[in-house]
Amino acid sequence: MENFEPVIVAFCCHYCAYTAADMAGSKRLSYPPNVKIVRVPCSGKVDAIHIMKAFEKGADGVYVAGCLEGDCHFKNGNMKVSRRVNYIKKLLDEIGINGDRLEMVMMSAGMGDYFAKKATEITDKIRSLGPNPTKTVLGFAQK
Amino acid sequence: MKSESVLEKVLVSGQLAVTSECGPPRGAVPEIIKEKAELLKDYADAVNVTDNQTAMVRMSSFAACVFLKQMGLNPILQMVTRDRNRLAMQSDILGAYAHGIDTMLCLSGDHPHFGDHPEAINVHDLDSIQLIQMVKTMRDEGKFQGGADILNPPKMFIGAAANPFADPFELRVARLSKKINAGVDFIQTQCIYNIDKFEKWMKGVTDRGLHKKVYILAGITPMKSAGMARYMKNKVPGMDVPDEIIKRIADVPQKKQADEGIKICIETIQRLKEVEGVSGFHIMAIEWEQKVPEIIEQAGLLPRPVV
Amino acid sequence: MITAERKPMEELTEYVKNHDRILLVGCNECVTVCAAGGRKEVALLASALQMDAMQKGKTLDITEITLERQCDPEYIEELTPHIDQVDAVMSMACGCGVQEIARRFKNTPVFPAVNTKFMGASERQGVWAERCQGCGSCLLGLTGGICPIARCAKRLLNGPCGGSSNGKCEINPDLDCAWQLIWDRLKALGMEKQYEEIIPAKNWVSGRGGGPRKIIREDLAE
Repeated sequence: MENFEPVIVAFCCHYCAYTAADMAGSKRLSYPPNVKIVRVPCSGKVDAIHIMKAFEKGADGVYVAGCLEGDCHFKNGNMKVSRRVNYIKKLLDEIGINGDRLEMVMMSAGMGDYFAKKATEITDKIRSLGPNPTKTVLGFAQK
Repeated sequence: MKSESVLEKVLVSGQLAVTSECGPPRGAVPEIIKEKAELLKDYADAVNVTDNQTAMVRMSSFAACVFLKQMGLNPILQMVTRDRNRLAMQSDILGAYAHGIDTMLCLSGDHPHFGDHPEAINVHDLDSIQLIQMVKTMRDEGKFQGGADILNPPKMFIGAAANPFADPFELRVARLSKKINAGVDFIQTQCIYNIDKFEKWMKGVTDRGLHKKVYILAGITPMKSAGMARYMKNKVPGMDVPDEIIKRIADVPQKKQADEGIKICIETIQRLKEVEGVSGFHIMAIEWEQKVPEIIEQAGLLPRPVV
Repeated sequence: MITAERKPMEELTEYVKNHDRILLVGCNECVTVCAAGGRKEVALLASALQMDAMQKGKTLDITEITLERQCDPEYIEELTPHIDQVDAVMSMACGCGVQEIARRFKNTPVFPAVNTKFMGASERQGVWAERCQGCGSCLLGLTGGICPIARCAKRLLNGPCGGSSNGKCEINPDLDCAWQLIWDRLKALGMEKQYEEIIPAKNWVSGRGGGPRKIIREDLAE
């Protein structure tokens, strides 16, 4: 457990968080390598099943990063996915996978610093929560 | 006369009638019902016995009515359509009448949501208006609701409730008219605190001549305290308590608030005596039955007529 | 539509605790529209059941399939090739679908994944409300197109009761008083007189009071 390095999937909107991640990179701001970015055309494109499958396949944490409120390139995809994230948090709680492993964050394309900060924060939080409990019993962990 | 009901006789005689109310105990404790009945005995022409009021289980209205009857009072069997279907209600009516209970009040009843068995289903096979129709058919045609003949049909004097203060106000007179068309003989109203609004409703009633088709007993409930007044205003559905009333009670010291409540009651009765269409008073002192004689006496409603 | 809601996971995992191969069956009709048991919900539940099982040290073999309808035997037949490969079926359809599967496959246990709620309509995105209780003798023609049986808490046929306040029901301030709605509508239609007509005691035989119901269309029945 001491060597536990969480796997975190970040669904990042092309118009904001993905660009912010890019900016963090070009500014040489470091953020944990645990975060695996999946670029999506809009955070609203992230379906409940994408989040569930990420956990089922072994992610220890998932977050969806969309545009700031009112700035969605597709009107309100970010707000829709926020509600979806809350719904899935409850489902995760119900099956004994702490809903805190899932999070919604919002940022603009220019917030490279914030991207790095959130990535670090979330990684620390998931590290403290420990591995996704679906992995521990079957020994899938750390593959 | 439609029945042997003492209440009917008083109303037909043209004198102001007085009814009161007694809630059966939450247990098999006849003493409680007898104590309450003793308090009301010589003061009310008839006494309502509630039927699982506010959807809380209590001794059945029918059983408690029998105690009152044995003590020489004239009980009014309250019946809500919430707890029983038409078979059960008709059998209770036969049983009650066989015990000499000849007056009843037809209600739909508070929703179980408010009571101590919120998980119970509400039956509502009939609504209050259909219950009135059923009791009238039993009495006037000697037939069960299902159409079969009744041996010795129960001759009930039929009452119902009216709430002049519920919404939509414009329907309240029309709804009374529906109850009259269904066959109701007398009405007991919701507790009256907003007299102006009551008078407005009564104007609508008299304009349509409905007061000539039904006896209307004005509902009166004394307030024990400003706290009770606020509770009635905010928590009891369909209750209209004007702020002046609350203020009037709140403005006197705590110890005197009950007296002020009684005073308001008596003033209300005095004013309502002058309102066209009011045939009497229904005084409901909730768990405060000992005050009823005082109210009736001070309101000048004694002695009660012997009919 | 017939509306439904997924049961709590605890109840569902209890049903399948002794089964490893599960056929999880959605329905493409009502429960898809009310987002309770369509293809998407089947996928979500499959994933949730799988993750629950993994925490208990096993994996489930879940077959996901969503039928066009679960209330018609023709469609249920599509499950036949799968049924011998599973230990249990879990249906995400309404109670009708669950029972049709149970009727067709005598030797495989069938569990309901949803609680069937009511016949209702969509008030707005994500909100469904009761509209009909299937009493079998519709009286909407008398009540301005608003059903007091389905929408009055006391199902008063001659309402409103004394608890109607500001157009809302006494048992829930978020619930419209059905009789306020009826009255407003009758007024708008100039049919106020209709209100004073007493609706007589209902004959519940056409409803559940007459026992389980059946419709037989002679011209169609084989």
